[in-house]
Amino acid sequence: MAGMNLTLKVWRQNGAEDKGRIVEYKMSDISPDMSFLEMIDVLNEELIQKGDDPIAFDHDCREGICGSCSMYINGEPHGPEDLITTCQLHMRSFKDGDTIYIEPWRAAAFPVIKDLVVDRTAFDAIIQVGGYVSVNTSGNTQDANALPIPKADADAAFDAATCIGCGACVATCKNSSAMLFTSAKISHLALLPQGKVEAQERALNMVEKMDELGFGNCTNTGDCEVQCPKGISLDNIALMNREFLGASLKSEK
Amino acid sequence: MSNSAGLFSSSLGRKYLMAITGLFLCSFLLIHLIGNVSLFTDPVQFNEYTRFMSSNPLIRIMEIVLVVGFLAHIIDAIMLTKANKAAQPVKYAMDKKKSTWYSRNMGLTGTIILAFLILHLQSFWYGYKFGDVAMTLDSSGAAIKDMYTMVLAAFSQSWYSAIYVVAMVLLGTHLNHGFQSAFQSMGLRHKKYTPAIKKVGTAFAVIMTLGFISFPIYFYITQL
Ligand code: HEM
Ligand code: SF4
Ligand code: FES
Repeated sequence: MAGMNLTLKVWRQNGAEDKGRIVEYKMSDISPDMSFLEMIDVLNEELIQKGDDPIAFDHDCREGICGSCSMYINGEPHGPEDLITTCQLHMRSFKDGDTIYIEPWRAAAFPVIKDLVVDRTAFDAIIQVGGYVSVNTSGNTQDANALPIPKADADAAFDAATCIGCGACVATCKNSSAMLFTSAKISHLALLPQGKVEAQERALNMVEKMDELGFGNCTNTGDCEVQCPKGISLDNIALMNREFLGASLKSEK
Repeated sequence: MSNSAGLFSSSLGRKYLMAITGLFLCSFLLIHLIGNVSLFTDPVQFNEYTRFMSSNPLIRIMEIVLVVGFLAHIIDAIMLTKANKAAQPVKYAMDKKKSTWYSRNMGLTGTIILAFLILHLQSFWYGYKFGDVAMTLDSSGAAIKDMYTMVLAAFSQSWYSAIYVVAMVLLGTHLNHGFQSAFQSMGLRHKKYTPAIKKVGTAFAVIMTLGFISFPIYFYITQL
């Protein structure tokens, strides 16, 4: 079977200081069964053989769980299919003769390091101020099942916990708002008894950090929910909004 | 600052303020529309209503609250929109958003509403208070400013009526997104009620738009 011919328009930027530009590459005989990242691997092989600099991109697990494969493909984070990451995208989602734009996440809080690689340390910083429960785990931990948790809460917490921190929500948001991510982290813990203890402080600290890092404000357009590879719901943002309001009114800080 | 005094300096605090002032402005629109119905039914009653609105002390106090509400909504909108623009300084070469156009352009529709508001206040609020308004008689035979004739004269100009229609259609899109968005901003989201809130918001937007454009359209056509 003959492969596909494609035109790639890839963002190339040689370091943070470089202005960057779109560079066009012609690809021929691409198998529809290839994954998108394999297709870039093929291109990079060609570039290396020609003595050119290969395209830098983030990837690790290549099975949709690490969240590192950030790419804005043809105007959408992780490409045209729903509920998957770039590493789970296959070339059969494209047609012979297609032109494909590949760009890095665009957000002031996610500066480009090189080509398609952006610095997502800002997400770690948000997690560090509240994405945990302070329990003593020195050998005398209680059996988790000893605490009864309503099924609906457990399910909602689990759904929120599936967030892989990929940053697609920030990338697609016209305001580069990190509210879907932050709210997933807040509600995942706030819904469980172990996390309730610190829920108030967590909401205050994580929102404060999120603002400080230069993420924008949510205008409820809903793009994040549509593009999230894990289907994180806007319910979480509403829960965060409630938590934060209650916490700021009650807080003595 | 994460204390209650600093609440409104946080992103979420500003969103609460946006939501509260937005819904307050919605209540104003509703009252304004109901008040205007007498334009269709009874010119004398409309003139008396206008006099009541501009002289009653309680209404005067509400007028101040309304101005504060508008200013808070507008200043908050400018601060949020500026921060949002700064948060995404580089645009994509190819961007396919799945959201609605009007949900992404609240700042633009809001700005046009503001421009309209200035024109509207200039012709009817300033014009009524400080302009040269002809006198007529109220139901008891006393002299009263003839706001009714003033409105008719304004809407006989095609460009003026056209601006009203365009501004009100954009207001409708602002409300269609804004009404339900305000509930989400305050964390009021529920599997059962949110779909209903969205429907009420759309119905509200449609009623406000059709209601307010009915005046320029009707008076423009009947004076052709
Ligand atoms: C009668 C007039 C108006 C009404 C009834 C109204 C109503 C609303 C409502 C209900 C919201 C949603 C709040 C939320 O998402 O939480 C909103 C948002 C907004 N309004 Fe207005 N508005 C009016 C005039 C204006 C004006 C004059 C501006 C001009 C600058 C403006 C700019 C905005 C912006 C930018 C937003 C989005 C803010 C955000 O979500 O971050 N609005 N409006
Ligand atoms: S909320 Fe979704 S899109 Fe955002 S970081 Fe988490 S998994 Fe990625
Ligand atoms: S490489 Fe891990 S999610 Fe794609």
